[in-house]
Amino acid sequence: MSLSYNDTVLSLLIFSPLVAALVAGFIRSENGLRWFTLLVTAALAVFSLPLYSRFDPSTADFQFLINSEWIPALKIRYAIGIDGISLLLVLLTTLIMPLCVLASWRYITTRVREFMICLLVMETAMVGVFCALDFILFFVFWEAMLIPMALLIGVWGGPRKVYASLKFFVYTMSGSVFLLVAIIALYVQVDSWSIPEMMGRPYSEGFQRWVFLAFFISFAIKVPMFPFHTWLPAAHVEAPTAGSVLLASILLKMGTYGFVRFALPITPAAVQFFTPAIMWLSVIAIVYGGFTALAQTDLKKLVAYSSVAHMGFATLGIFALNKAGLEGAVLVMINHGITTGALFIVVGIIYERLHTRELDKTAGMGRNMPIFATFAGVFALSSLAFPGTNSFIGEFLVLAGGFQVSKSMMLFVVPGVVLAAAYMLRMLQRVAYGGTRNPDHSGVKDLCFREIATLTPLLVFVFWIGLHPAPFMRVMETSVQKVLQQAQAGAPVAATPPVAVLP
Amino acid sequence: MSWVVPSLWLIPVLPAVAAGVIALAPRRCRRFASGAAIGSMGVSLVLSLVAFMHTVGLVSRGAESRQVFNFTWFQFGDKVLPLGWVLDPLSAVMLVMVCFVGLLIFIYSLGYMAHDDNFTRFFCFLALFAGAMLGVVIANSLLLLFICWELVGLTSYLLIGFWFHRPTAAAAARKAFITTRVGDMAFLIGMVWLYAGTGTLLFYDAGKGCLETTAIHSLVMRATGVGMAASTGISLLIFLGAVGKSGQLPLHVWLPDAMEGPTPVSALIHAATMVAAGVFLVARVYPLMAVTAPEAAPPAIQAPAVAVAGQTERAGESHGATSQSHEGQHGGAPVSTALKVVTWTGVLTALFAASIAVAQTDIKRILAYSTVSQLGFMMMGLGAGGVAVGMFHLITHAFFKALLFMGAGSVIHGCHEEQDIRRMGGLKAFMPVTYMTYAVGMMALSGVPLLFSGFWSKDEILHAVQAWPVSSLPFVLGLAAALLTAFYMTRQMAYVFFGPCRLKHSASHGTHSKRAESTPHESPRVMTVPLIILAVFAVLLGFFGTPVWPWFQSFLEGRAARIDAGRLFTVGTLGLIGLSTLVVFGGIYAGWRLYGRRPPRKAEAADPLEAIYPEGYAVLRNKYYIDELYDLSVVRVTHWCGRMSDWLDQTLWAGAVRLVSFGFVALSWLSRLFDEYVVNAGFDQGCRKLITGGSGFSRLQTGRVRHYLGMLALGFVVLVLVMLWRWRP
Repeated sequence: MSLSYNDTVLSLLIFSPLVAALVAGFIRSENGLRWFTLLVTAALAVFSLPLYSRFDPSTADFQFLINSEWIPALKIRYAIGIDGISLLLVLLTTLIMPLCVLASWRYITTRVREFMICLLVMETAMVGVFCALDFILFFVFWEAMLIPMALLIGVWGGPRKVYASLKFFVYTMSGSVFLLVAIIALYVQVDSWSIPEMMGRPYSEGFQRWVFLAFFISFAIKVPMFPFHTWLPAAHVEAPTAGSVLLASILLKMGTYGFVRFALPITPAAVQFFTPAIMWLSVIAIVYGGFTALAQTDLKKLVAYSSVAHMGFATLGIFALNKAGLEGAVLVMINHGITTGALFIVVGIIYERLHTRELDKTAGMGRNMPIFATFAGVFALSSLAFPGTNSFIGEFLVLAGGFQVSKSMMLFVVPGVVLAAAYMLRMLQRVAYGGTRNPDHSGVKDLCFREIATLTPLLVFVFWIGLHPAPFMRVMETSVQKVLQQAQAGAPVAATPPVAVLP
Repeated sequence: MSWVVPSLWLIPVLPAVAAGVIALAPRRCRRFASGAAIGSMGVSLVLSLVAFMHTVGLVSRGAESRQVFNFTWFQFGDKVLPLGWVLDPLSAVMLVMVCFVGLLIFIYSLGYMAHDDNFTRFFCFLALFAGAMLGVVIANSLLLLFICWELVGLTSYLLIGFWFHRPTAAAAARKAFITTRVGDMAFLIGMVWLYAGTGTLLFYDAGKGCLETTAIHSLVMRATGVGMAASTGISLLIFLGAVGKSGQLPLHVWLPDAMEGPTPVSALIHAATMVAAGVFLVARVYPLMAVTAPEAAPPAIQAPAVAVAGQTERAGESHGATSQSHEGQHGGAPVSTALKVVTWTGVLTALFAASIAVAQTDIKRILAYSTVSQLGFMMMGLGAGGVAVGMFHLITHAFFKALLFMGAGSVIHGCHEEQDIRRMGGLKAFMPVTYMTYAVGMMALSGVPLLFSGFWSKDEILHAVQAWPVSSLPFVLGLAAALLTAFYMTRQMAYVFFGPCRLKHSASHGTHSKRAESTPHESPRVMTVPLIILAVFAVLLGFFGTPVWPWFQSFLEGRAARIDAGRLFTVGTLGLIGLSTLVVFGGIYAGWRLYGRRPPRKAEAADPLEAIYPEGYAVLRNKYYIDELYDLSVVRVTHWCGRMSDWLDQTLWAGAVRLVSFGFVALSWLSRLFDEYVVNAGFDQGCRKLITGGSGFSRLQTGRVRHYLGMLALGFVVLVLVMLWRWRP
């Protein structure tokens, strides 16, 4: 086996954080730990960049493949590889990680070593999930993620951390159980754990529906889709900044990624059957998330509910089952990772200074923190899908895709989009600008260099994707096409051809 | 001059780049900031003039006057999303107007904002606004237009909330953003629909654009679920965007509140340019708005006659017409539903806002309602008369309304931040230049005949609605609005510039108390010179659109104009001129009689109109209670929904989750009991009791999760077994 970049990159990305976690166990000084983790994650981010240039966007096949035996007795293999969709998500993960370390620099003061180890283990699991091509391998990473995340919430969280951590763990865990059932059922049919081999098989329609439902419960909890979203606000509110960022930026994407990677190609007939219901659930999520966000006074809860609404766009686009919708959905996933991650960092910055996240008590910070206000303003605008920022293109494509399916449904989305403006401006107005009746924050310092360095990369991506999305669209192109083909070709007689425009 | 069109992008980009540079500059670089903004705007103005002359040249040569430049933004699937810009008479005229008025207002701001701490930030926002607005103007793609459109809305938000430490300003900014966003979302949906229907968002693309015959043809033939053509549905949705931006009923509520921003902002954004963007949008997509399907003919049999009013000149019988056709403007072509809606919205807004303006006392709010009313006139002109009619009023209005707002700013500045007209008076003597220029603006707005531009452009609109084949009511209502316009402007003039000065008695509050004791003063030269320039244009512009020499109208339609004095002396034209003259002087006379002859001595004195008819005055003063109505309905309902869904989340959904988990816990307890008392029955029970006795409670705590997970595992095994059995290979 040669040791070229292409052959080793994914494995290195997956396992070097784990090795680093072991090393971190022997580092004594707290600052040393911080620098060590930062360097490791930053190095991995840099190391992952050539993935983009070496990736061949002209083919939908999985690339950077490794397929070797792992547990021969059970036919489980160590199979990893990425396509255009997972490429973007892997890059998102490696980019977010160093920012998480930076965001926790001062925030985490107790058990720094354990915290950094948790972060590193998280990276292993997250990259692993996006790369795995063997279902058991996938499931191992999928479950492995839960433990460090639950610890992040349960150890370094807020006052109700144990409750939130337990709720997060049990809720998502019970979703995973269904996933495992589906995996085993598929194995029995295919006699292989290989994900690509499970795609496009002529399963019976009844079987597909049951498998899809199992997928659905598992992924819908992860996304989270309405009405499976209640664990999210609780987890976000209690989690430390880095936990919230990872949760919002990466973990939620696993749900939508699961739909794209498994549900659409493996159970196309069932997808055709359930699509209308899921689209309506997405629309409800968009509007409901917007309304609920409007009623929040806790900044983290506000952002958490806005997540529910944004992820509604992602699922809406996925189940529109057309090119505009699916490409928009993938873009929404990336955008949400950038924007909501940034918003949680912003909230974390507020919390570090004032030790509160109550909207009224945080008001008026902008007067003494102009740089902070500018950053917060840009990310708020991005969150409300302002044209020229990243979210706009994603949501525009999703709307365009959804419109081809049902015009009336899109009309129901509109209030959700207006609500996004309402709750984001409400937040921005209070936090950044605020009136005179608010408490005096004159002692509060503006962003330091570390905080600016944390937010700037995200700011760059907000505008990069917003103004020049072509490089991001280019790599996902053929992969999306293939997923759509699988979702449609596999559909038997029951499926109607996609209607371009309804009369 | 072939470089003109490909480099048209420089016009919006220069101010935008200036904005970026200013944003990075430190706060104390005031001269640099203003210099960069004004300089970039000046260069843009020069480029606009070049582009304008280029277009004039093309038109006079009779060549194709529309030139486009398109490029690909990004690709998705096999589709490309192109953007582009267009230079045609419409965008050329708008470019020059925006750059010119913008430049004057930038210069004026030097004086007006001289004492503000955030001077650099102000110029940064102004330049950004100019860039975005110019982007709206040259966009050849609905998507690019929308992007710039939203950016314009953002700068408007930032500038209304410029003095964000005032709670009213912050609230007004948010109200503006959200209200216009309601319209914008309709616009977005309309755009998505248009894209789904035609596969392109370019306006003009060598026959493939969405405003060109093929695309429109296909849209008009396509029926929607509710029985209207797709073109109508799309037009109405896009029009809703224009309604939001241009402050038409029922989304007008944000515009008067927007006067919380600095006065140059009110002049530039909320009078001259941004609010006109809605009118411009309607003008831009006019071919789509105006298209009508052939009636009562099965589409499969009869080919559609795609008739675009304002572009086809066909005389003929109008069905159900009550008035004669006017110079073949749009004789027999049936009026599309979208244009009917545009006209009616415009008419109602014009009258409604004018009546509110009668009873306001804030000098800027009067002008704001006047703006709403005049925008209604423009919509009316677009709907009934076509692009040229509406656009002519847009251009003339931009000049005289900018003049009036800057005059008002000068008055406010001179009176030490006093905005209540009841506390002014007699300023004629103190501020002669402001007074003279304001008078010009007032006469242009009221439509004093022959000499002032407002007269010609408003007359054109009245002319068009008079000939409107659908209904004659808009003509009557339009005349009434014109009467009210003259009335409220005379009232304002009388209050502000005539009578005794009421300033000293009441202006001793606020932060400026020291200076407020002094008398009002004339503004510095940097503010008055732009006023004079604008005043000159407020007069001159009218002569480009008279019936004798309708240069403007011909130019927009891409034709060379001819002088034809005969057109003035037709019965219809002369009669209307006479009628509107009568109306204007009627309004001015009424205003002068009520307010000018016996001016109120004290600021606290009741308004003469209030004395005559207090109930009606109260309704007008409170703007027909629309704000209160919205507050009670939309705002309350939204917040109620928010609380409701929050409550649902905390009780219903969380409750459901809790119920499920309790179910599992109950099951696990059952299994534990089963374990202990059935399976383990008799097996050292006593011993077990002894152990559990003391630590029962803690066992319950730890046992819960363990049992719960145990049950999960059990259920999982059962499921796997079921599935294995059900689909055995």
